[in-house]
Amino acid sequence: MANWLNLAFQFLDSFAFIVLAAAGLAIIFGIMGVINLAHGEFILVGAYATTLAVKAVGLPLPAAMLAGAVVTAGFGLVVERTIISGAGPNWVWERLEPRLSAALPDQAAAVLPSGPLIEPLYDRLADSMVATFGLSLIMVQGARIVFGNSIDQVATPFGEVAYGAFSYSAYRLVLAGVSVALLGLVYYVFTYTDYGMRARAVIQDDRTARALGVNTERTYAATFALGSGLAGLTGALFAPVISMQPTLGSQFLVEAFVAVVVGGASVVLGTALSAAGLGAIESVFSNQYGTFFGRIALLLTAILALRFLPGGITGYIERVRKRRRRES
Amino acid sequence: MTLLALSDVTAAYDRTPILRDVDLAVDEGEIVGVMGKNGVGKSTLMKTVIGLLEPESGTITYRGEDVTGLSADDRARRGIGYIPQGRDVFPKLTVEQNVRMGETINADSDEYLYESVYDYFPVLEERADQSAGTLSGGEQQMLAIARALVANPDLLLLDEPSEGIQPSIVDQISEDMQAINDELGTTILFVEQKETISGYLAV
Ligand SMILES: Nc1ncnc2c1ncn2[C@@H]1O[C@H](COP(=O)(O)OP(=O)(O)OP(=O)(O)O)[C@@H](O)[C@H]1O
Ligand SMILES: [Mg+2]
Repeated sequence: MANWLNLAFQFLDSFAFIVLAAAGLAIIFGIMGVINLAHGEFILVGAYATTLAVKAVGLPLPAAMLAGAVVTAGFGLVVERTIISGAGPNWVWERLEPRLSAALPDQAAAVLPSGPLIEPLYDRLADSMVATFGLSLIMVQGARIVFGNSIDQVATPFGEVAYGAFSYSAYRLVLAGVSVALLGLVYYVFTYTDYGMRARAVIQDDRTARALGVNTERTYAATFALGSGLAGLTGALFAPVISMQPTLGSQFLVEAFVAVVVGGASVVLGTALSAAGLGAIESVFSNQYGTFFGRIALLLTAILALRFLPGGITGYIERVRKRRRRES
Repeated sequence: MTLLALSDVTAAYDRTPILRDVDLAVDEGEIVGVMGKNGVGKSTLMKTVIGLLEPESGTITYRGEDVTGLSADDRARRGIGYIPQGRDVFPKLTVEQNVRMGETINADSDEYLYESVYDYFPVLEERADQSAGTLSGGEQQMLAIARALVANPDLLLLDEPSEGIQPSIVDQISEDMQAINDELGTTILFVEQKETISGYLAV
């Protein structure tokens, strides 16, 4: 009995962890075609902002978590405008270039680039990986320089649930609840709101969306901010339970990337299904053979999924649906 | 009054000029058709007018304002409804959502013509919840027109509306375009390969 409960809790744990680790990454990848290798560091921003809001500002924990998510969304917006879209640097360059070329001798002026400096990284998977990897290195080192090797942690709220000889942190149940609510919220946003509809239209055909009056730049910026905000929320939620050090983001990366690979392009359904499947696999293996084998099982599943379901679970579902339609 | 004017417009993809010194004027309330064989640059013309392609030189004036430097979304919000060649409906959105995607056109008015649109194309109301990718070619053409029309634009740009559609549907769409021009006062600029449709859309 107790072991079944253990297994159930372990499953909830893995499920919540995978959903929360992957949500922001999945949105940014699914809608913008950008692979954000600094995803873990966005989680770091959320975790640090939350912790500092409690320790240095004195906010109550829930307000601090909200602040952590909002700060990360704002940070994401700045990253989008500078690195991902290049709009900021291009704006500056457009104004600087005429002055610079007037001031310089003709020969020197001739070598200045005349067009925009940065091409947006949308749908450029490899390029976006390189750029965000650089960002990730800068952020980890930056955090280390500014805050040192660790900062004080906030206490875990809610205490324990006891069953038999075991006990389980009640906060982890809260995380499971939040992860389900988050999936519901993201589903709602992308299905029923104008923003969500436009974002999906932009993925399918951004030229046509633009020709219909959609400001696609704003849609991309909002999407990146939303994805960043969710990563920040993940950091905020885990701030009380993981140690606060500059590399904390890396422990989310394996689950996040495996979930996105296995889930495929559809953000909500993909993340939900892959979190359920991977959560089950990870918890069963961890429960039987220990956490190490849990992770190994997770990675093996990812390799098998890449081999047999190249479009992820949702890519497979889409293929089956198409076949059904053709047959009917 | 002139609604749209192109003067000396030259447009190119990677340096090969497709349009050379094109002049064109469309008056308010008119239906204007441009005919040409395939590959002469009809779609290029439409893309240049909506702003998906930036001209190398020349100016595009809409309602007396120079819009040459504006992006496509900006021009659409000023009241131009574009219907691309091959329809380009959003296949995974529902029919109703596709129509709603047109709401951003003509930002000055928040009045939407759902009733008129569904009057012209009742089949779209019947299929409102179906995903647009499952519609037939003719239905997708109607959907693309409905999407461009719903926000009551002043100018509709139609790129080969008859392409790949059965003749009976082509006739119906031509009549609908005539009715839209009569009843809503929408100015229409269209391009076609064949004379079939221009017979109906007489200037
Ligand atoms: N994106 C592009 N890049 C480079 N060349 C292009 C591009 N699109 C079109 N062209 C070329 O420009 C020329 C004009 O194309 P356009 O699509 O405007 O012709 P069209 O008159 O609309 O033809 P159709 O009747 O087949 O639709 C063609 O020679 C075509 O190959
Ligand atoms: Mg064409």
